[in-house]
Amino acid sequence: MTTLLTIEGLTKAYPGVVANSDVSFAIAEGEVHALLGENGAGKSTLVKMIYGLVKPDSGRMILHGHPYEPAEPRAARAAGVAMVFQHFSLFDALNVAENISLGMESPPPRRQLAARIREVSDAYGLPLDPDRTVGELSAGERQRVEIIRCLLQDPKLLIMDEPTSVLTPQEVEILFRTLRKLSSEGTAILYISHKLEEIRTLCDSATILRRGKVVDSCNPREKSAAELAELMVGSKLQTPSRPGATPGEIVLDVAGLSVRSASAFGTSLRDVTFTVRAGEILGIGGVAGNGQDELLAALSGEAQARAGSIRLRGTPIGALGPNQRRRIAILAAPEERLGHAAAPDMSLTENALLTGAIREGLTTRGFLKWPAARAFAERVITAFDVRTPGPANAARSLSGGNLQKFVIGREVLQRPEVLVVNQPTWGVDAAAAAAIRQALLDLAENGAAVVVISQDLDELMEISDRFAALNEGRLSPPRPARGLTMEEIGLMMGGAHDMETPHVDA
Amino acid sequence: MIRLEKRPTPSRFWTLATPLLAVILTMIAGGLLFAFLGKDPLEAIRTIFWDPLFHPQFASYSRPQLLVKAGPLILIAIGLSLGFRAGIWNIGAEGQYIIGAICGAGVALAFYPLEAWYVFPLMVIAGALGGWAWAMIPALLKTRFRTNEILVSLLLVYVAEELLASMALGLMRNPAGGGFPGSRNLQQYPAAANGELIAGTGMHWGVAAAFIAVILAYVLLNRHMLGFHIRLTGQSPRAARFAGVRPNALILICLGTSGALAGLAGLFEVAGPAGQISIDFNQGYGFTAIIVAFLGRLHPVGILLAGLLMGLTYIGGDLAQFMLGLPAAAIQAFQGMLLFFLLGVDVLTNYRIRIGRTEAA
Repeated sequence: MTTLLTIEGLTKAYPGVVANSDVSFAIAEGEVHALLGENGAGKSTLVKMIYGLVKPDSGRMILHGHPYEPAEPRAARAAGVAMVFQHFSLFDALNVAENISLGMESPPPRRQLAARIREVSDAYGLPLDPDRTVGELSAGERQRVEIIRCLLQDPKLLIMDEPTSVLTPQEVEILFRTLRKLSSEGTAILYISHKLEEIRTLCDSATILRRGKVVDSCNPREKSAAELAELMVGSKLQTPSRPGATPGEIVLDVAGLSVRSASAFGTSLRDVTFTVRAGEILGIGGVAGNGQDELLAALSGEAQARAGSIRLRGTPIGALGPNQRRRIAILAAPEERLGHAAAPDMSLTENALLTGAIREGLTTRGFLKWPAARAFAERVITAFDVRTPGPANAARSLSGGNLQKFVIGREVLQRPEVLVVNQPTWGVDAAAAAAIRQALLDLAENGAAVVVISQDLDELMEISDRFAALNEGRLSPPRPARGLTMEEIGLMMGGAHDMETPHVDA
Repeated sequence: MIRLEKRPTPSRFWTLATPLLAVILTMIAGGLLFAFLGKDPLEAIRTIFWDPLFHPQFASYSRPQLLVKAGPLILIAIGLSLGFRAGIWNIGAEGQYIIGAICGAGVALAFYPLEAWYVFPLMVIAGALGGWAWAMIPALLKTRFRTNEILVSLLLVYVAEELLASMALGLMRNPAGGGFPGSRNLQQYPAAANGELIAGTGMHWGVAAAFIAVILAYVLLNRHMLGFHIRLTGQSPRAARFAGVRPNALILICLGTSGALAGLAGLFEVAGPAGQISIDFNQGYGFTAIIVAFLGRLHPVGILLAGLLMGLTYIGGDLAQFMLGLPAAAIQAFQGMLLFFLLGVDVLTNYRIRIGRTEAA
């Protein structure tokens, strides 16, 4: 195989932190190359340099034997480098073809473009109707829009940032088939993920980053997932453990919960029913956008429901607001860290106050006790190993994993009886994710009822006692997690969305 | 190529430096404007910023005017800043100011010529209530029907102005005024007059109220849960809802408070410096206060300083009109530039400027 892209000694420093230091590796044509590393290891900075979003301080890149210095993404795309981001940049109100044409330099006439979209989506087994409104699409389908947008440019190198976090197992299968077909046609793929099993099935080689440096490269198929994790973290990874406890009485009882979504493109909850016992973790899976946000809002009190549809030890609480629920020890941690669980521009002390005021006694007759709030923030920082210079730093200055540890820690330290979390380890490195899961397990161990909403099925299987899936606002009946197969889980999640006839000729 | 790079945390230095930079830029651009009008720019700037306080001949008259002008600006701006911090845009303080003045003066005129200690306190209460009630109109419409408070509060200013004209010409016209428009002069009615508290300083009850408002707003924003919720709502409305803030309650509180403070400012003005309800006793304080609020970075202490500065440009502007023959419109343009430059350089607080080469790929 001929070398497509060579990276030599790339270094990028930001004030106070070296994001990449002397990073070198090579990607061959048609190779599926994994980039592995914890959060903050420098993966995103590295791919941003390859995609022209960030300029390296030193080092060079060689593409097809020529020096490659993209000044901006447009230059990178012109050179045949495309990227699918973790966060989609699509307009809900526009249709698929309009969204794709917006991202193009010189879009062809609409009808011709629609035909091209159909052609490419058929060729790669990614069925997509160019005339559908993006707001109606599932997360998996939105990702297809992004992928097809890239494929229309006929890329030589496709960068994918955590692509499977929004997919059902069936959809992951289909994506992998597409990627394998691309690779067999000579397109190189740079695949960023922290899901080690995926990397082992998909990738030909892996470069492992730790604190901005390349620490190893290997063939992931020859390593076990545990070995890969160790390379990534640099020490033996503590897998969450739990002694088998017997669940207690029913604490949270949700029956016939229906809530209209606050947003036009949201999913309303329809007749959701489940119970959680003391000491139990209920895992709720499902593809993003199937009512997860709405379920969290209904349980946290941000969205009001019929009083009787949610009960705490028999007492109806569906109509209570967030602070009234905090008073009776129902706590929640929403998915969106910046802007929902935490205020980006406020300090960690202020963010500690955001949910901790009532249970931690951080006010007297409405007046704030700043020293107490600071002490609470410091307690969260210490107990959950949040890496930050101190509680006076703004939330947005923290890396995703560190802020997530802060957000989860803030709720766990308030001694909840019921804790509801949405995507507790989304975009969080392996070590931090393990710590967060362990904290949730410990919480259940101490008698709390825990609801974990997540799209990471491995995570749910690892920590839940029972499992249910959200699909279009309905919740499947919970089943014991032990012994569930991926096939069964996939069906509970609604199978592959609009993918009745997936076929790839590869 | 010049690029903007987002700072990880807002720059503390630039938060404080941008208002000063804006003042300097305004002086430069204003100086150019005055030069084009054929005036000596340095003399014009000096007349506006220096002479009101230190001119040997005029300072004794104009210095007390500083507090007289700054007082209502600060009082109104403090109220506005609470809402602005929460993303609630009361643009109609001018209307609330007028209604406050009408209500306060109405109480005074109703009691005339009774000399009793309770007349003035009742006027204060009526003024605050009047402004509050006028602000409740956009507030209730917003919470009930999701109307836009910017438009409703602004349009109500013009309603208030019509009401003021009708009062000055009709119901409140001075029966002993020989048919001239305008009410009785409250300065000549001791029980209702809002006179100077300390002679020769310009200090009246409205100025005292403004200082008290500065202190209370500071405590509220920095030490109280309500202030925290106001700031939180402005920064991330979703996080605020998660923190248990009821958005509708906050709308009522913020619009109500800013309305009440604007009403108070109106009452103190009409009972003091203006003296009477007349067609044009309001001097656009309610609009200028918006500039003051932003110039002061929506921070109570900043607003105090910005109010004094803006008051200075008012007096200095009058002086420049009188001494140099500068047109009033030029002075207004000068004040507008201040807000323009402030918003322009504001970007430095959250972004840093990088000057780098453009490279071809």
